[in-house]
Amino acid sequence: MPELLSVRNLKIEATSYPPGEPPKRITIVDGVSFDLQKGKVLGLIGESGAGKSTIGLSALAYGRGGAEITGGEVSLNGTNILALGKAGIRKVRGAQVCYVAQSAAAAFNPAHRLGDQVIEASVKHGLMSKDEARKRALYLFRVLGLPHPETFGDRFPHQVSGGQLQRAMTAMALCPNPELIVFDEPTTALDVTTQIDVLAAIKHAIEETDTAALYITHDLAVVAQISDDIMVLRYGKTVEYGSVQQIIEAPTQDYTRALVNVRQTARQEAPDQSQALLRVDNVSAQYSNGFKVLHGVSLHLCKGQTLAIVGESGSGKSTLARVITGLLPPSDGRITFEDKPLTPALKSRSRDELRRIQLIYQMADTAMNPRQTVRDIIGRPLTFYYGLRGAAKTARVKELLEQIEMSNGFIDRYPAELSGGQKQRVAIARALAAKPELILCDEPTSALDPLVAEGILKLLMKLQTESQLSYIFITHDIAIVRAIADSVAVMHRGRLVRFGPKSRALSPPFDDYTDLLLKSVPEMEIGWLERVLSTRRMASAGN
Amino acid sequence: MSNPTETESLPRQRFQERFPLLALVIERILLSLLLLVAVSMLIFGGVEALPGDFATTYLGQSATPQAVANIRAELGLDRPVVTRYFEWLAGAVQGDFGTSWASKNSVSEQVGNRLGNSLFLAGFAAVISVPLAVGLGMLSVHFRNRMPDKIINVISLAAISLPEFFIGYLLILYFAVNFGIATFPATVYEGMGFIERLKAIALPTATLVLVVLAHMMRMTRAAILSVMSSAYMETAELKGLSAFRAIVKHAAPNALAPIINVVALNLAYLVVGVVVVEVVFVYPGMGQYMVDAVTVRDMPVVQACGLIFAAVYIFLNMLADILAIIANPRLRHPR
Repeated sequence: MPELLSVRNLKIEATSYPPGEPPKRITIVDGVSFDLQKGKVLGLIGESGAGKSTIGLSALAYGRGGAEITGGEVSLNGTNILALGKAGIRKVRGAQVCYVAQSAAAAFNPAHRLGDQVIEASVKHGLMSKDEARKRALYLFRVLGLPHPETFGDRFPHQVSGGQLQRAMTAMALCPNPELIVFDEPTTALDVTTQIDVLAAIKHAIEETDTAALYITHDLAVVAQISDDIMVLRYGKTVEYGSVQQIIEAPTQDYTRALVNVRQTARQEAPDQSQALLRVDNVSAQYSNGFKVLHGVSLHLCKGQTLAIVGESGSGKSTLARVITGLLPPSDGRITFEDKPLTPALKSRSRDELRRIQLIYQMADTAMNPRQTVRDIIGRPLTFYYGLRGAAKTARVKELLEQIEMSNGFIDRYPAELSGGQKQRVAIARALAAKPELILCDEPTSALDPLVAEGILKLLMKLQTESQLSYIFITHDIAIVRAIADSVAVMHRGRLVRFGPKSRALSPPFDDYTDLLLKSVPEMEIGWLERVLSTRRMASAGN
Repeated sequence: MSNPTETESLPRQRFQERFPLLALVIERILLSLLLLVAVSMLIFGGVEALPGDFATTYLGQSATPQAVANIRAELGLDRPVVTRYFEWLAGAVQGDFGTSWASKNSVSEQVGNRLGNSLFLAGFAAVISVPLAVGLGMLSVHFRNRMPDKIINVISLAAISLPEFFIGYLLILYFAVNFGIATFPATVYEGMGFIERLKAIALPTATLVLVVLAHMMRMTRAAILSVMSSAYMETAELKGLSAFRAIVKHAAPNALAPIINVVALNLAYLVVGVVVVEVVFVYPGMGQYMVDAVTVRDMPVVQACGLIFAAVYIFLNMLADILAIIANPRLRHPR
């Protein structure tokens, strides 16, 4: 069978402008080769910076943000598309090869109706008439399980949910009957229960239309459900390339093995969960416009233990954290800390109350002042709570750096000079500096690559044993819950649906929502998607 | 669980939820009216607080206390400020701005003529400058960071940096005095033909265009550039659309709101900022009228001009706000 897409020795470079240094050329992708046959799916997997998106876009002869394809060949049906001129490549894009972006919300034009955007490429390339394109869009909306397919196209992007947008983007890519679609992390930004529907819809649609695909993701469990072949990438180079079966079941490289085995750890929960450090009693909260976001939540956390709060976006899990920190005082109910009531509002809390509860955020980037060095960032709470200055402060900062397993050499670096994992470590050190009893961790690992995230989790566990810290860990990732929690709270639409020690909370009998949530978490197992779908009809297709 | 805030929403809240666009537009209009009333107080109060008065200026050397008191009584200046404010406001609402102290003519009639002239000048300048600015903005996006972009930028910046009276005198020097191809002063009168009118106001129009061009052009450029870097423009490119279609169909609708805003702001400036240019070119518009009135402390005229300028400014800004609201698809098509 002839190859549909054949990539040979691809080399992609960009110019970077490091502050205070002359611009330099960096190689993003180096010597990557692969083949893709008609109707097959190749998964590209790797951490951020592995060059997987860049490789995917090369199938459209496109370099994002200054990336330039400087070497190699990208042949589509035997034609090297890199050698086509501007006009030639335009005939390929949106007709033969289409692209599905990670954030459909940003990739759709807010000013136009979805239907018009879905059929635009097909009509403009002269592939079909407007009526034919509309008919095809309607067919695709049905195949992708979108609600009210007849009128779905009349809506504007802001009028539909994220999961629907992602499916609409898939419909847009499928509409011109392309030979190849590049999916760039199409489900990464979605909740797990939504992800499974979108994943199933994409898989169904590309099988139905016999379209080949490049599927880019950082989640091996996801790509195992949809691909025929997998290529593992790191630092722009191929680590391993083989069939799904071989990569998942018999990886030959250490890096692939680490990816396959990531988060297989599970921690034994603490046996005694009766001595509460923090007690949340029937707490409700609402926004100033009267919109109620929490309904009578009661739970507790013991000293030196970890409570994981799980839920999808909009479930109220972050709001609960805001209530505990006092950023959003509860409208009803009360919170006690070591059996003493906690002052509801942040601004009236005493300095000692503030010190005892610290926060770590999802985006370490935005939670740090980019113009302060690590010394200032970690040193600020030392001065604020303990009045440390000068040499004493520096000594303590160095101690904290040691605790988070970073060398003293980082003390005068700026956040921009740190990697994502290092930034999160500095944020942890800043929280530790106050010597808190409770740290609220709001999805601290969800923006990180799996292996880096694992390092952060291990660090948090080590610190817990060292200094009897208690954690409230907000996450949407069940694997993390298994790895770190003592007790689990499941939230859904502002209500607590389940709470208890991990062993009880995560074993049957389940309530409907927890069941759906647990079953939606992709597992590193070929055929998992089919197995789950056969037990569960697309219940939440409206997502 | 019963939730009082969800079930018992106020009629106003329900209206806002069902017609967010209409609610916002109405809110803007009400706010503008409120603002206009506040401005009217400021104008009246400000004029009241000015040192010296019409009587002493008018009488000059012969300002005996008795004569001053007579004139003040005649003009009603001996009555309380609040009474006079409400009388003035009530008149203004009906289009009656009282009688000029200096000429004893109806202010409204005079202002009517002058306002027409001013609007004609500002309108003509707008007709030229708005398309020119938007066009140049698009051109400099197309040639971003290349020579044409830089030239457009430097020239427009130079034009905005020079005060308008200076530009005015430069234009007079070269085009009216040295080359003699334009007319000066820019006198217009009733019964003048349309083409002749245009000829007469060529130089003041050019001055105004040069002053407002740079701001609008740079805003257009910035608005389009920010839209061009968004993800949906990448989508358009990856759909294989032509650059022209991508800009017209995908970039323009989203760049509209900021452009509308800066255009309206500059239109307001054209009407209000025309004062200096009118004086330089001796053009019989509102600005000239107001400046003359100030020199003789003809308060009804000053107040009328001030209020009209403020009204024009507030109206154009309100229009910009409303258009920007309408340009937002999220408000036009609520969930």
